[in-house]
Amino acid sequence: MSKAYFPLFRLLALVACMALGPLAASAQNGPLRIEIIDGVIEPLPFAVPDFVPENAAAGDYAGQIARVIASDLTGTGLFREIPREAHIARVTSFDSTIGYEDWKAINAQAVITGAVQVSGDRIVVKFRLFDVFSGQQLGEGLQFAGTPQSWRRMAHKVADAAYARITGEGGYFDSRVVFVSESGPKNQRLKRLAVMDYDGANVQYLTDSSSIVLGPRFSPSGDRILYTSYATGFPRITLMDVGSLRTQTLAEQDGTMTFAPRFSPDGRRVVFSLERGGNSDLYMLDLGSGGLTQLTNAPSIETAPSFSPDGSQIVFESDRSGTQQLYIMSAGGGEGRRISAGQGRYGTPVWSPRGDLIAFTKQHQGRFHIGVMRTDGSEERLLTASFLDEGPTWAPNGRVLMFTRETSGAGGAAALYSVDISGRNLRQIPTDGPASDPAWSPLLP
Amino acid sequence: MSLLPKAFLLVAALGLAACNNPDRFGAAGAGAGGAGGAGSGFIDTTGLGDPNDPTSIAHFNQRVGDRVLFPVDQHTLTAEGRSTLQGQAQWLNTNTSYAVIIEGHADEQGTRDYNLSLGSRRAAAVQNFLISQGVSAGRMRTISYGKERPIEVCSTEECYSKNRRAVTVLSVGAGS
Repeated sequence: MSKAYFPLFRLLALVACMALGPLAASAQNGPLRIEIIDGVIEPLPFAVPDFVPENAAAGDYAGQIARVIASDLTGTGLFREIPREAHIARVTSFDSTIGYEDWKAINAQAVITGAVQVSGDRIVVKFRLFDVFSGQQLGEGLQFAGTPQSWRRMAHKVADAAYARITGEGGYFDSRVVFVSESGPKNQRLKRLAVMDYDGANVQYLTDSSSIVLGPRFSPSGDRILYTSYATGFPRITLMDVGSLRTQTLAEQDGTMTFAPRFSPDGRRVVFSLERGGNSDLYMLDLGSGGLTQLTNAPSIETAPSFSPDGSQIVFESDRSGTQQLYIMSAGGGEGRRISAGQGRYGTPVWSPRGDLIAFTKQHQGRFHIGVMRTDGSEERLLTASFLDEGPTWAPNGRVLMFTRETSGAGGAAALYSVDISGRNLRQIPTDGPASDPAWSPLLP
Repeated sequence: MSLLPKAFLLVAALGLAACNNPDRFGAAGAGAGGAGGAGSGFIDTTGLGDPNDPTSIAHFNQRVGDRVLFPVDQHTLTAEGRSTLQGQAQWLNTNTSYAVIIEGHADEQGTRDYNLSLGSRRAAAVQNFLISQGVSAGRMRTISYGKERPIEVCSTEECYSKNRRAVTVLSVGAGS
């Protein structure tokens, strides 16, 4: 592997987190709250003035951190930023309380203030969240510290904390996405693995484009990536260590194809498809012992397996009924029970990190959809529709899906999109060029 | 004896360095340059011989026919496909110094993993038919490209029908 690529997580400083004393009485259960429910909601207006630079070196970061926080929150579709030009009050000190009347006047319901200090190789970011209409600080102030290069991560952590306090759900901004970066014409596509922040920033390439790479997946701790590679000349599941970029071909058996790998929740096993003589079945590989277990044994196509968060079950797709449908079986293998019941074909099931939903790709009447259903197949909801939508991956909090959308025709190209599980807030993720097969990391530590 | 190193040699011998499809240059050299393999459309065909020479690769590719097509989401051979494969088997049983890699492909109307499986079913259907016609299993390998390597780029049935294919790609090295 080329030395030109950056080891990914080595760049990321350990981010320390520490609580600051509240300025006012804590109002954890105050009235400022978004209940995320289905249906149309009015985005909550908030303001995030530039953070206060506490020394000269912090000047470059103070404004940028506020911009990333604002972008994270507005990007959810649940919040609306009151632009800085409309602000009446100026925040010049992190330790003084805010003038609630000035923020009320412009209808900012939440205000995030903060301060930044940079000394040498260390940046410290502090923030407070205020509930304007109840005139109280919401939760305690928090402080994050790391290296200046990791300033965007600290902004994401502030946004995660604000999101969590206001919605009561976990955040997802301090996370990474591994994906396939594409170039070249449709009949000569070049593909290489890349990772980026969830919002498209900080792209790093993990492989060159000398062989086809497909379907990368993060390990539960984000330190390894599984994918399918043609580097040996044949499709093989491959394990990459993200720090060193070292790769290893797994479960290699002559005359077989291995693909569609995914980690178990404990990171110790890999479930994947193995094809022999034209027939694909599911197998489990124990990474420690190298032991291989066959989970399904049918003449049909069994592929796209995904574990339940507790590791006890696996959802997968099979065409044993004649068309692609979704099934759930014990992680030890077996027949499985069919869960998809609607018209059309269902593939690429992915179990939500909360355990409550299965996201999938659906093909029906010439269109592709991303959808969700409960684990018993009930309450199916289609969230998107296009010429080709495929391969959903869950945000760490189970509220948002990212997927591939490809346009048609000779100039057709793939791009990454995200959508809320309510079906709202469809957005394209900015990437340098065409991109496919996203897989979300867990929330970073 | 492994046929792959020899297949690799053929890639060099055919002067396919001009080919800019990187997948042709994996360590195992999967697919050694039949016109119409995964790299069809941009392969330098120099070295494939004269199609009028019945022992040449060019003859196999163009006159015998190196590929069979499949209906939507199917991997069973059509009558036309079986007829092409009978010709392939006859040629392979005569020209025994060639090994083959059978590439299975799908059109873009399907999910990535499923199409990989579907491509492997198509490649296996061809391999099984060739075995039934007396071609030694030891001369053949299969590979699926799923929907990764279309030869036609439009998004209509006219293109899809040509992309749903299995291509028999010749390489030297079966004589062992």
